[in-house]
Amino acid sequence: MTMATAAPIDPMTTDPMLPQPHSVRQVVKETSDTFTMTLEAPSGNRFQPGQFSMLWVFGVGELPISISGDPAERDRLVYTVRSVGQATQTLVSREVGEAVGVRGPFGTGWPVEKAQGRDVLVIAGGIGLAPLRPVIYEVLRNREKYGRLVILYGARSPRDLLYRKELAAWARQRETQVLVTVDYGGLSWRGNVGVVTTLFKYVRLQPARSLAFACGPEIMMRFVARDLETHGLARENIYLSMERNMKCAVGFCGHCQYGPHFICKDGPIFSYDRMRPLLERYEL
Amino acid sequence: METLERIIAEHPFFAGLESYYTNLLTGCASNVRFDAGTYIFKEGEEANEFYLIRSGKVALEIFAPQRKPIMLATLSEGEILGWSWLLPPYLWKLHAHVVDPVRAIALDGKCLRTKCEQNHDLGYEMLKRFAQIMEERLEATRLQLLDVYAVGR
Repeated sequence: MTMATAAPIDPMTTDPMLPQPHSVRQVVKETSDTFTMTLEAPSGNRFQPGQFSMLWVFGVGELPISISGDPAERDRLVYTVRSVGQATQTLVSREVGEAVGVRGPFGTGWPVEKAQGRDVLVIAGGIGLAPLRPVIYEVLRNREKYGRLVILYGARSPRDLLYRKELAAWARQRETQVLVTVDYGGLSWRGNVGVVTTLFKYVRLQPARSLAFACGPEIMMRFVARDLETHGLARENIYLSMERNMKCAVGFCGHCQYGPHFICKDGPIFSYDRMRPLLERYEL
Repeated sequence: METLERIIAEHPFFAGLESYYTNLLTGCASNVRFDAGTYIFKEGEEANEFYLIRSGKVALEIFAPQRKPIMLATLSEGEILGWSWLLPPYLWKLHAHVVDPVRAIALDGKCLRTKCEQNHDLGYEMLKRFAQIMEERLEATRLQLLDVYAVGR
């Protein structure tokens, strides 16, 4: 098993339950309801692509948010947040210089080392592109270590697409294919319309030498994983980022229990062969 | 120069089809081109052909009163456009709007229906392949209907 593991938390020096204040460096509006927030981080800050933090909005509450920045940029922590409730609304309303409490990083990461020497398929739906962006940075920064990079991205509409400039820039990189589709395209949209799985037919998949990372709504990932398997990818070479209601983030509270797993500690990244029996179980 | 028969034989939709059948199909085929902004067919028109898209992009659109056209899906290189030629009443159910200029092979549905009636093995091959396309598009439409990216889903 080459699953990346969380950076060890030393209880003698760091209480994983104690938020550390971080200053807001920048907040950028991505779409009508989604924002990317950059926080100052202590030097030497490290995280694995796919890991998440617990962000504490003082007086409001705490939220599990995946890290969406570049792992090589050690002086900052970047999060892309969809503002859908009071806590997220308050979080993205923080002004530059204000403090946000941070715990973590927590959880397992995408197994990018296992992907070395192979084609990397990044399949994202909606805000699911955020936890995958560190993988893209990692592959593009170490281009010679990987085969082709294929990014398949589905969103609800053109207005809901994240990181539009970066998507265009990634598409210009060598050995990189970026395909975008939306469920509902307006008349001015000249791109693809249809769910993200409809993009597979435009990719020359080499299933025996590919690793797939998928993140998005759970039902989307279920369809994606099933289709990838139909195309010949082995279940153990398909990875999914799971989401449940995470509270403590260290496997104590049990809020995020999913079958025999705690999503916060055993995940959020799991291989499809581990998740498949659970994904098809009703109301789990 | 690529012959029609070779293009048909190499199209993913006809992968694995015996050369005897691709030869039969070629008798019903012709090269076509459509400019961006034009319609390949419109809802209610007779459906007498289908298309193997070689390049370009087509949007399948549906109209509802007092609303702008709704784009349901796009089709591009390597895909099949149209199955209404196969089933009565042989009328298109959607508009096919050219987004990017299209090069395609048109297969005459009337000609093909006759050949399928005469040769049921060919008919079965065609039905199997179209059923696969229908199943894939039905599943994609179901997933689209779920609106999985909406807030609160």
